[in-house]
Amino acid sequence: MSDALLQIRNLRIEATSYPPGEAPRDVVLVDDVSVSVEKGKVLGLIGESGAGKSTIGLSSMAYGRGGVRLTGGTITLNGRDIRLADARALRALRGREVTYVAQSAAAAFNPAIKLMDQVIETCLAHDVMGRAEAEARAVMLFARLGLPEPERFGQRYPHQVSGGQLQRAMTAMALCPKPDLVIFDEPTTALDVTTQIEVLAAIKEAIRDTGVAALYITHDLAVVAQVADDILVLRHGKRIEYGATEQIITAPKEAYTKALVSVRSIEHVEKPDAPAVLEIQSVTARYKGTNFDVLKAITLDLPAGQTLAVVGESGSGKSTLARVITGLLPPAQGRIRFAGRDLAPDLAARTRDDLREVQMIYQMADTAMNPRQTVGTIIGRPLEFYFGLKGEAKRKRIQDLLEQIEMGKGFIDRYPAELSGGQKQRVCIARALAAKPKLIICDEVTSALDPLVADGILKLLLALQAAEGVAYLFITHDLATVRAIADRIAVMYRGEVRRYGTKTDVLTPPFDDYTELLLSSVPEMKMGWLEGVLDSRKMEAAGN
Amino acid sequence: MHPVLTLVVQRVALGLLLLLAVSAVIFLGVAALPGDTAQAILGQSATPQALANLRAEMGLDQPPLTRYFQWLGGVLTGDLGTSISNGTDIASAIGQRLGNTLFLAAWAAVISVPLAILLGLVAARYNGRWPDKLISGATLSAISLPEFVVGYLVLYFLAVKWQLFPSVAMVFPGMGMMDRLNAVILPVIVLVLVVLAHMMRMTRAAILNVMQSAYIETAELKGLSPMQVIWRHAFPNAIAPVVNVVMLNLAYLVVGVVVVEVVFVYPGMGQYLVDHVAKRDLPVVQAVGLIFAAVYIGLNILADVISILANPRLRHPK
Amino acid sequence: MRIPISALIGMVFTGAFFLAAIFAPLVAPYGMAEIVGGVWDPASSAHWFGTDAIGRDLLSRMIYGGQTTIFVASAATILSFTLGSVLGFSAAVAGGWVDQGLSRMVDLMMAIPSLILALVILSVLPVTLTVLIVVMGLLDATRVFRLARAVAVDITVMDYVEAARLRGEGWAWIIFREILPNALSPLVAELGLRFIFAVLFISTLSFLGLGVQPPLADWGGIVKENASGLVYGIPAALIPAFAIAALAISVNLVADWVLSRTTSLKGGRG
Repeated sequence: MSDALLQIRNLRIEATSYPPGEAPRDVVLVDDVSVSVEKGKVLGLIGESGAGKSTIGLSSMAYGRGGVRLTGGTITLNGRDIRLADARALRALRGREVTYVAQSAAAAFNPAIKLMDQVIETCLAHDVMGRAEAEARAVMLFARLGLPEPERFGQRYPHQVSGGQLQRAMTAMALCPKPDLVIFDEPTTALDVTTQIEVLAAIKEAIRDTGVAALYITHDLAVVAQVADDILVLRHGKRIEYGATEQIITAPKEAYTKALVSVRSIEHVEKPDAPAVLEIQSVTARYKGTNFDVLKAITLDLPAGQTLAVVGESGSGKSTLARVITGLLPPAQGRIRFAGRDLAPDLAARTRDDLREVQMIYQMADTAMNPRQTVGTIIGRPLEFYFGLKGEAKRKRIQDLLEQIEMGKGFIDRYPAELSGGQKQRVCIARALAAKPKLIICDEVTSALDPLVADGILKLLLALQAAEGVAYLFITHDLATVRAIADRIAVMYRGEVRRYGTKTDVLTPPFDDYTELLLSSVPEMKMGWLEGVLDSRKMEAAGN
Repeated sequence: MHPVLTLVVQRVALGLLLLLAVSAVIFLGVAALPGDTAQAILGQSATPQALANLRAEMGLDQPPLTRYFQWLGGVLTGDLGTSISNGTDIASAIGQRLGNTLFLAAWAAVISVPLAILLGLVAARYNGRWPDKLISGATLSAISLPEFVVGYLVLYFLAVKWQLFPSVAMVFPGMGMMDRLNAVILPVIVLVLVVLAHMMRMTRAAILNVMQSAYIETAELKGLSPMQVIWRHAFPNAIAPVVNVVMLNLAYLVVGVVVVEVVFVYPGMGQYLVDHVAKRDLPVVQAVGLIFAAVYIGLNILADVISILANPRLRHPK
Repeated sequence: MRIPISALIGMVFTGAFFLAAIFAPLVAPYGMAEIVGGVWDPASSAHWFGTDAIGRDLLSRMIYGGQTTIFVASAATILSFTLGSVLGFSAAVAGGWVDQGLSRMVDLMMAIPSLILALVILSVLPVTLTVLIVVMGLLDATRVFRLARAVAVDITVMDYVEAARLRGEGWAWIIFREILPNALSPLVAELGLRFIFAVLFISTLSFLGLGVQPPLADWGGIVKENASGLVYGIPAALIPAFAIAALAISVNLVADWVLSRTTSLKGGRG
């Protein structure tokens, strides 16, 4: 690997943390990591949040975000060590030899400047080419990245184009000055799954056509498997495994990598039909002061003790459905039957049993728990409120619930801030369970969690369902989660149910167009999947 | 109509409506308070007949709403009524004084605005280091001092101890420009000190806020020089918040000027207001109060309008 | 828990000012209105700060003046705080027309600079301590209202408040158990800032001759009484001026520290 473009050896990165009310202390973010990228190759960096992947990515520009310090090792770019290079030398290489594509292009573009001026700025600042040539190149890149009206696209301001388009424009901005290396920092994570595949394909094609080398950072192994030649698996700032993509996803050596590869392999056989606990009958809903139906005549059943997964992208109305069922947004038309009785449309008119038997678990466990209450208070309140439990009896029940969610009794006096992300979500599950509900609405409960943690939560939910016979209405945008947990599936698109039935029926062809698009857009953990999907889409388009 | 223009027109209309409501508060709200102008003029020993006569003469026997509209009509045509305490026409008494006050406030603004922006930039540039700490410390002290304290400190040291400037700010018609400037130099210094701290602190916060945006990082990662980053990427986005800060603090000058004029015995609106509050001369107080409120609201509208105009999302709609 | 040195200094000075104010008759060497010397006698062992414009002991007058200033400012702060936070929370939790009505009224009051509005009102009402406290308290309640409402609105959109509503909890639980514990720290920091504002406000009014009336003293009034000496190089007026600044800075240091701790949301045990 002597002709490596970027060679990182024994890299150590530190930062100072300032916990409120305590003395500042140094923390090690990245410890003894070595990796290299050759010309024209793509290296995938993968890991959970806090693994140090973005920090390593930015270190290849010798940049430390927010006071992060590169304290040890060497970073060799084009044959010279840049770790301790001076500001002038760094300015010369940033934007010239290495460029950066951020996760949130919407925030990374300057709102006050036209896209074209931002895209060609690097070319002009580094004298790579003249304005006319740079603009021509930008238009060429816009076209290649599949942006609409490439000739005129650059005349717009960032807020005038969509998120997926901005992400592509950012890629064009990174490629414009003909760099040697581009760092892609989770470029598709914030996008809907059907947009993600398009952007991913555009990025891959652009990398191939320009022959640029890339660092591709993501938490999603299936995504990185589509673009990377090599993969570096990171955890807590340390290297876990480093090898060719083929080897990592087909023959992982380390236990952690194996877990990552098999993360979406929960086998769940759908249950036989049963009487419905929840019947949603032609429900239409709109928000106050708007003249647009967010839900259009939705009809769905959920059998007792089973899971109905509601799948859709942002704007599909799936979260609004949860608000209607809980009574936060009374429907404009239609009715909701629950356990054989009508549910009052408005929360205020519901009986205590109605409230107790429908519980909710939220996406962000952080904001779903009062930071000033202990775990004991959080779980204990429903026991006290619905069942009048007090003192020792209440404490005993809280401890039982903590056991049920596979956390120790010792957590009873902890505050939410002292828990990890997964533990927080477990406490929220225990709070819902404490009410002995017939139905729990789970609103994207795993989407804020790292894959392995999410896997644990899904397994816990399935075990609790088997033990308690509770039904789940499971709202998610992630089809892999749906496969793992659902008995029935409803596919929603722009306020309508596009497809509804048992899991087998919904996931078996023939599909309607939208379900087809949605299903085929979910990255699979195998190399060449992206090309396969794109080829079959092209063939279909040609056939029509 | 362009959406920005619609927004601006809406904002100005709202401001005028607010000013109307404020005039009602100043007139009707005060009329609703316990207290009697006629009694105040004639004193406790006045006979009921004398009180009734005076009330009729001043129109106080009419319902408050009628008097309000009469007053408002007068204000709109430039007739601010007559003073109770000395019977002079308020509008003509104010004319000269308003000019004096604006002269003072304008010089304070001309000096403090560039200075505050410069120091705010320095504090933001050296965020957390000694120039920032020094500026923050000075700001804390300045915010903790009432205007009259700053006034007397400046007066004691600059005028009395070191004899650099005159201690009383006498101005009169026909005075030459240089003499006039020499006379107001102390009150201007005080006003500058008073608004500088707030303006600097808010400018610093506004600039830091912009500098922490993701697009600034993007610019840095493009390898641009610090000056290019600030000039091309931070500056266009910082204009709106900074202008807003400046306007809000100029509105703050309105209050500062009242006290500073009293400290330096300066013949302006503030001095005039305070004198007539003590004399319980309600028509004067209402007229001057309305003028101060109008300036204050006007500057606030201006701040909002500039924010609207500087927002690229509003200027270039989808 | 580590208390930074600046906050410690602030606490010590704030405490000293309050103690001196409460025990004024015990601490002050002479009576408040007692004439004990010549006009503007310089500082001596008998009169540490010298005497004032008519021969009263300046130190004693400062101590009694501090009592008035601190009493009026505290009372106005308590009034503005109670009124502002109760109305602000109610507006946030109730929403709808209650919120609209209260918010627009506050907007209107804040459209006029406080000092100007106070002067307009004081030109009609008799200037007594009660009137001063009520006027200052009402004017300042608008700012507390804005803050309390903003803080409460931020909290009411949290999922844990929605969870409590879905559970069927009443208003009392939601306000006192879910919202209040999380709103407390920013409000406590604001309490300090409002108190400083009240001190500056009453001092300014008294300095203009429209606040505390003679023979009662407060710091703003003492500045006014002795201001004419400044032109002759007699710095007596600067002593109460420094006292006002010292009190304001001390409280500010404490408030800054409280505010910086509010970022920590770790529950009561910290």
